[in-house]
Amino acid sequence: MTVAALFEPLMIALILTNLALLVTSRTGVLIRLMALQGAILAFAPLFPPAGVPTHLALLCLAVFAIKAVAFPRLLSRTLRRIDADSRIEPYLGEGLSAAAGIGGLLFSLWLEGRLPVPPGLFAPLLFPAALTTIFTGLILVVTRKNALTQVIGYLAAENGIFLFGAPLSRQGSAWLELSILLDVFVGVFVMGIAIHHINKTFESIDVGRFCTLRD
Amino acid sequence: MAAMFLPRILAALVLAPLLFAVINRVKAIFAGRQGKRLSQPYRDLLKLARKGAVYSRTTTWIFKAGPVVSLAAIAAALALVPLGHLGGTAGFTGDFILAVYLLALARAAVVLAALDTGSSFEGMGASREAAFSALAEPALFLCFLVLAASTHGSTLDAVLRGTALSPTEPELALVPITLFIVLLAENSRIPVDDPNTHLELTMIHEVMVLDHSGPDLAFIQYGAALKLWLFCAVLTGAALPPLFGNPWLDFAASVAGVFACAALVGVVESVMARLRLPRVPKLLALACACAAIALILTLWR
Amino acid sequence: MLSILLLIPLASAALALALAADTPRRLILVSAAAAHFSLTILAFAVPPETAFGGLLDLDPLGHLFLSVTSLLFLAASVYAVGYLRAEVKGQRRDFQEGAAFSNAPERIFTACLLVFLAAMTLVACTRNLGALWVGVEGTTLASAPLIYFHRHRRSLEATWKYLLICSVGIALALLGNILLSVAFYDPAASSTSMNLVDLAAKAGIARAPWLKAAFICILVGYGVKMGLAPMHNWLPDAHSQSPSLVSALLSGALLNCAFLGILRAHQVCVLTGLESFSQELLVVFGLISMVTATAFIVGQGDYKRLLAYSSVEHMGILALSVGVGGGAVFGGMLHLVCHSLAKGMLFLVSGNILALYHTRSCYDARGMARAMPVTAALWTAGFLAIAGSPPFGLFVSELTILTAMIRQGGLVIACVYLACLAVIFVGMSVPVLRMVQGPTPPAVTGKAREDFFAVGPPLVLAGLVLTLGLFLPETLIRILAQAAGVVIRGL
Repeated sequence: MTVAALFEPLMIALILTNLALLVTSRTGVLIRLMALQGAILAFAPLFPPAGVPTHLALLCLAVFAIKAVAFPRLLSRTLRRIDADSRIEPYLGEGLSAAAGIGGLLFSLWLEGRLPVPPGLFAPLLFPAALTTIFTGLILVVTRKNALTQVIGYLAAENGIFLFGAPLSRQGSAWLELSILLDVFVGVFVMGIAIHHINKTFESIDVGRFCTLRD
Repeated sequence: MAAMFLPRILAALVLAPLLFAVINRVKAIFAGRQGKRLSQPYRDLLKLARKGAVYSRTTTWIFKAGPVVSLAAIAAALALVPLGHLGGTAGFTGDFILAVYLLALARAAVVLAALDTGSSFEGMGASREAAFSALAEPALFLCFLVLAASTHGSTLDAVLRGTALSPTEPELALVPITLFIVLLAENSRIPVDDPNTHLELTMIHEVMVLDHSGPDLAFIQYGAALKLWLFCAVLTGAALPPLFGNPWLDFAASVAGVFACAALVGVVESVMARLRLPRVPKLLALACACAAIALILTLWR
Repeated sequence: MLSILLLIPLASAALALALAADTPRRLILVSAAAAHFSLTILAFAVPPETAFGGLLDLDPLGHLFLSVTSLLFLAASVYAVGYLRAEVKGQRRDFQEGAAFSNAPERIFTACLLVFLAAMTLVACTRNLGALWVGVEGTTLASAPLIYFHRHRRSLEATWKYLLICSVGIALALLGNILLSVAFYDPAASSTSMNLVDLAAKAGIARAPWLKAAFICILVGYGVKMGLAPMHNWLPDAHSQSPSLVSALLSGALLNCAFLGILRAHQVCVLTGLESFSQELLVVFGLISMVTATAFIVGQGDYKRLLAYSSVEHMGILALSVGVGGGAVFGGMLHLVCHSLAKGMLFLVSGNILALYHTRSCYDARGMARAMPVTAALWTAGFLAIAGSPPFGLFVSELTILTAMIRQGGLVIACVYLACLAVIFVGMSVPVLRMVQGPTPPAVTGKAREDFFAVGPPLVLAGLVLTLGLFLPETLIRILAQAAGVVIRGL
């Protein structure tokens, strides 16, 4: 099996992690799924392989370090500090979320047929996998009431966008990908601090309790 | 290949109870015990066949007919499903639908017999079994659809060609996983149901057959063994490609695959605990979703 | 010079974090703002060269945005001196819910303000869409702690909504950037640049479907940050709960930076011939924003939320002006300047009102004319300015936009525009006049703070808006026309 043939199973594994993100309710499992997604994405810039230039290898290492190690560690630390154990019911149940995720997959497959893709740019299954990951992230942000899960949804959406941009990073703009990664890192850091404050002030990270500000 | 039909049926009929023995032995090894003899299931069946049956006064002919209908239906389904690509009858388009519904007929017979007793335990088990099977069936059908779409076949014979583990179509690898989850659900194995529990309130299948005795119970247990063989055969057929050209060697490989499936069931039973009842529909829905994703990606190709 | 422009706020932020004493820190804040402003004005006389290999590149459009931002920041920093001096240290009671709360450390507040300025400078000084994205994301991250200065439940709720909604929006904008790269993808080229100049050179090979998808993503993504309806949900909460000078900066400077992001994407569309597509979308979003803002301004009980919804309305007008095109773009640029100054002034004044009345309700804060006459005069003047009444500058800009609209034949758009403006004028006048007139409530004790720091910056800003309404200097007309030209021509 050549290295290129490894790509499609990776993309299918990514789609399965998205499905798992939508149906899981335990935050610890969600964090580990994000680590898995990060590990899968760390290999994305290497395809299609035409020799591996050094800056790409550095990018893959940076992605792995940030997405598969740093983010899960940050999130686990926040989870431990807030010591949340009560189950917060989301707005959309697990079955409907999974159905929405599969709907997203169908939509992305349909869209790939509609948009004229430049030949040789996207490896097969990259476009649907990336778009499905973005949809999964957006569904998580919109339908979940647990603040930490909303942050995980934001990270999943960023993962999908990163996957989209991975083929373009071959053309020398790897530093931009790195700056994006750093921005997301700082963003998650700030969100972690905010969640800590929310837990202290509201004694729960249930965003549904935010009801004071309205017209 | 039709010529292998007789060896396949004979192997199924004779070796099916051995599957239970293999599962028990694997669980014993994991637990550090010696375990039962490998011939124990046969001895149990013979013992039950020699005994007389006791019938409750509240039951009717349905109670007596249930086990018989169930065994007959399962045997008929077994006749339809080939072991891999060997031993199939002259298949017709959509024969897998007939096979699945024969299994449903068997289940319906046992459920009706359970309801016929008028006891609440059996009714509880019957309702649970019906609910979980209603969720497992779409997953099973979706798996067959995926295999049919990828092999462009429409009979069981053409579909079970061992194509699931193909390097060029990685999404088909989801099919054996889904089939395995359906196997666990339909055959009342952990994590869906614990066959060794003695607490009636936690049982699903065992509590349905609580009132049967003697030859009736032997029919039900033997039918369960045949059903397990059937599902293992489907799983082997989907996952194991024909390795050798010789039909006898392929047959031996497929039988080995069936026993490997049983061993895998034993491993799963040893490392996992039973799921809480509200979680079982979620597990089955997850299996459906996986099969749906495999189907979408196969059609997209 | 451009790198110095970025370096001044960043270095001052580091210095502010390190210092322990309050007075030197406030001095650093004001001097950094003043240095930044003087450099920006100097750049009009001495055009700066590009820095970091073409990454920082000041074109007339960016320069206009930069000047407005810098001026507003200077006014806010002067106001901040008085504001921070008057803030109570330690815990106190929240006037709305009675819970005890405290402020964030002043060091963090000042440092975040300066980093905020640096990020906005990056957005204005670059023509590289990727660097612009980094800048906008930076503004989100820098302004979140600013909103959470008063650490109570409501501001935390507002901060969380702001952080999450804007981050998701900016992620969408990043997707738009990537789609843009795909649209301009050239397998023969060695690298894909996101610089507008390079994109203009490759305008011929752009693939239209990807460009359209990219523009939609960027419009929606940056539109979330800009406050275009229906993506404006975070705006009233964040602007009403944050300290007044932060609200002034958010409304007057941050929304503009997000608008700049949309304008850069619009420039790409102009360069590749998809002008009508982007203009249609801008008109649609502009009208939706105006109508939504009108619906929420009428009967609004909280005067800071009133100002926030007014920002939504004016962002809608800006989008509308670029969408209509032609002469309306000049009006839009003038509207941008006048709105930032007027809204900044209004928010600073609202801070004074809040400090005395301890309530955000329009019904409970009455009799300002008696309790704080200067502030009341500024409040009324600000209302007249922001509602588009002569002799203030917004009247001129809104009239220019209207004229261009009618000249181009968009009569339906013009009718909706005028109707919204009229309803908003009446809707805003009710609470404002109610607040200014009448007797002071007996519950209000204490003296109003009307020293130099509290009313000086708003007075200056109000004076500027008044001047712009009466007389437009030649240099300003040239600057505005150059900026409008960049938007219309694409480069």
